[in-house]
Amino acid sequence: MWKLLAVFLLLAMVPWLGSAYLLGTLTVACYFAVFAMSWDLLFGFANEVNFGPTFLIGAGAYTAGMLNWAGISIAGSLFGGVAAAEVCGLALAVPALRLTGPYFGLVTLASVLLLQQAVIIFAPFTGGEIGLTVRDVFSADPETNYWISLGVCVLTGVVLLLLSRSSVGLILQASSQDRLAAAALGFNVAKHKIAAFSISALFSGLAGAMLVFYMGAASIGTVIDISIGVQIIISAVLGGRRTIFGAALGTLALILAGEALRPVGEIRTFLVSGAALVAILFFPDGLVGQASRLWRTR
Amino acid sequence: MDALSGTELKVEGLTKRFGGLTAVKNVSFSLWGGEITGLIGPNGSGKSTIMKLVMGLERPDAGSVQIGGEETARWAPHRIARRGIGILFQHSRPLPRQTVIENIMLALLPDRLLHWGRRSEVLERAEWIAERVGLSEVRHRLPATLSFADLRRIELAKALARDPRILLIDEPFAGLTPLEVESFSALIAGFRENGRAVLLVDHNVRSVAALADRVIVLHHGELVCEGTAAEVTRDPEVRRIYLGEEADTASAKMPRHPAPPLLEVDKLSLSYGRARVLSEMSFSVGEGEFVAVIGHNGSGKTSLFNAISGFVDYAGGLVWRGSDMRRLGAAAIARAGIVHCPETRELFGPLTVRQNLDLAGSHLPRADMEAQLDLIHSIFPRLAERRDQAAQSLSGGEQQMLAIARSLMMRPKLLILDEPTLGLAPVALNQISDALDMLRKNSGIAVLLGEQNVSFALRHADRIHVLERGRITWTGPADRFRSEAASGYI
Repeated sequence: MWKLLAVFLLLAMVPWLGSAYLLGTLTVACYFAVFAMSWDLLFGFANEVNFGPTFLIGAGAYTAGMLNWAGISIAGSLFGGVAAAEVCGLALAVPALRLTGPYFGLVTLASVLLLQQAVIIFAPFTGGEIGLTVRDVFSADPETNYWISLGVCVLTGVVLLLLSRSSVGLILQASSQDRLAAAALGFNVAKHKIAAFSISALFSGLAGAMLVFYMGAASIGTVIDISIGVQIIISAVLGGRRTIFGAALGTLALILAGEALRPVGEIRTFLVSGAALVAILFFPDGLVGQASRLWRTR
Repeated sequence: MDALSGTELKVEGLTKRFGGLTAVKNVSFSLWGGEITGLIGPNGSGKSTIMKLVMGLERPDAGSVQIGGEETARWAPHRIARRGIGILFQHSRPLPRQTVIENIMLALLPDRLLHWGRRSEVLERAEWIAERVGLSEVRHRLPATLSFADLRRIELAKALARDPRILLIDEPFAGLTPLEVESFSALIAGFRENGRAVLLVDHNVRSVAALADRVIVLHHGELVCEGTAAEVTRDPEVRRIYLGEEADTASAKMPRHPAPPLLEVDKLSLSYGRARVLSEMSFSVGEGEFVAVIGHNGSGKTSLFNAISGFVDYAGGLVWRGSDMRRLGAAAIARAGIVHCPETRELFGPLTVRQNLDLAGSHLPRADMEAQLDLIHSIFPRLAERRDQAAQSLSGGEQQMLAIARSLMMRPKLLILDEPTLGLAPVALNQISDALDMLRKNSGIAVLLGEQNVSFALRHADRIHVLERGRITWTGPADRFRSEAASGYI
């Protein structure tokens, strides 16, 4: 727990550095950390690979954006965004989680394309490929925006961490390891998996919607595109599966590395992806897993 | 069956079909509180399917399952578990990152999403269960550091967590040492004292005889007979199922003549970590000879074959046609003429029959390959008919034929067959049997067979070695097996 506190204190000191650019980067990183942590709950504990994290994020973001565009307050729009992510998420998960094997992952992958097409088809409401501009934003002040995103990031982290260490986390791990054995112990496996998915959808949808009110706009390229989903997945795996905390750390590392390499131009995406791939190949337990292993063997 | 104890489980007319195969046919039985029942049958007789049907892991096509008078046949497994059934799976899969006590606590958790606090109560009960099954000393260790017996104890502890009225135990003693068997038996007998209904599921009467008050015998999905262990062992039908017909014994029709040795096994020992699986085994296989190693699951058959094929390290000697095999790798051993047809078959599912065979024979010159294919088609005409069909679309028996045929493409001098009858229906089993007869007639290949299907082994083998816990406990011709060693195999 002390390492969490250390990271939090470090992040809380950033505003004193006075760099609006760094604050902006970290604000986005905090939202993406929420995405990655929510994803790790599914992958790390329920052993379900959700290839479409942006389906939940996009549903939340676009719903909130459209509601605000129609004149509803930020709070109301956020609530609507979360509700939409839940509804879409459950509509997808309830049938998909009944399937075994790789089908859940494939269904989630298809869902992203579906959402992307829906945004394009209903362009009059969604802004289509140009994107959707919202009426309100949280604040014009980078520091305020940063505190809001750090707040939601810490809240998500604490809730998911507690959840993963609670009975539900244990039951989820048991069901993912041996579904039949878990059922034979009297656990309703589907119920627990769906619960995990809906919690994942809750935080993904919320952070997705909040991201819109930070950026003032929603577009396919920022909240739905498959590549965004891939980035979230890489962050979570890079940080360390089954750790929640690692997902946040992986996001931070990936985004900061991307920014640090900005001077080298477009090749940075290639460099960052390559480095992440190497890291995953050599340290499949991720940064956090590797660190705790070094800690133990010392 | 006395007035004090009621019927806990009542199964009536239970039937389950998988495609064309009827795995369980109209089976009825009951379990009473305070009684231990043994459910036995050879591999593929439907025992596991019955367990799964009772537990709700499979849905029956017909029939009823009643727990404490309530019909549960089509319930979801978690509901059935909560009605009071605990199941002890044969394979234990504890959570690897959690300690023993946390694994037991898992089984004690309520099936609710919100469960805050009251951990101390759960912990207390988990400690109590750990104490009962003998896990107290290791309760804070991770499963990976435990012995096999302790892993079984974790499963037992989990099955006990909800204080079930009925306990189903799959192969209760498999892989345990005699001392561990004793302590497990005492635990199981304890459930009977507490008035629980216990079902022990195993391959043969012997393994459950000491504990079971009553034994039910299953064969090809049907209930064959029911009675005390002694009654069942004497039953002529049961004897026939386990030992085959008296007339179908290999040495009765095959003249035995001393053949020059092909493979000599000399004081072979093998360990996996601390577990010793083979202890100083010695025997030989002569040219053209058919030798069978009979043993139950976990007796060491597959380990023996893996050592011969060069897949695992061993102590002692292996001599192939007069020269030491120790330096040869697995590939060189296969080229030298020892070809291993594994129990798992390992076919290339999406490829056709012909492609599977071509792959195995790709090292042969064209003419030799054709000759070998001719031999195979004469032994397995069925494979010639099915040549363009994908291997995965074949029936179980046909897949086994293909696995043997593929081994033959390597032109073995010694063919190792590991449990070729596993999971086969009776018709398929007979086809494999006929093919082996043909093989012996048409080629001089020596065969080393590993089996637990005694009647199949007796029908083919010139010589039998009985393997128990990695040691040969009996050796002799097939026709003497029935009178001298059969009692352990019913």
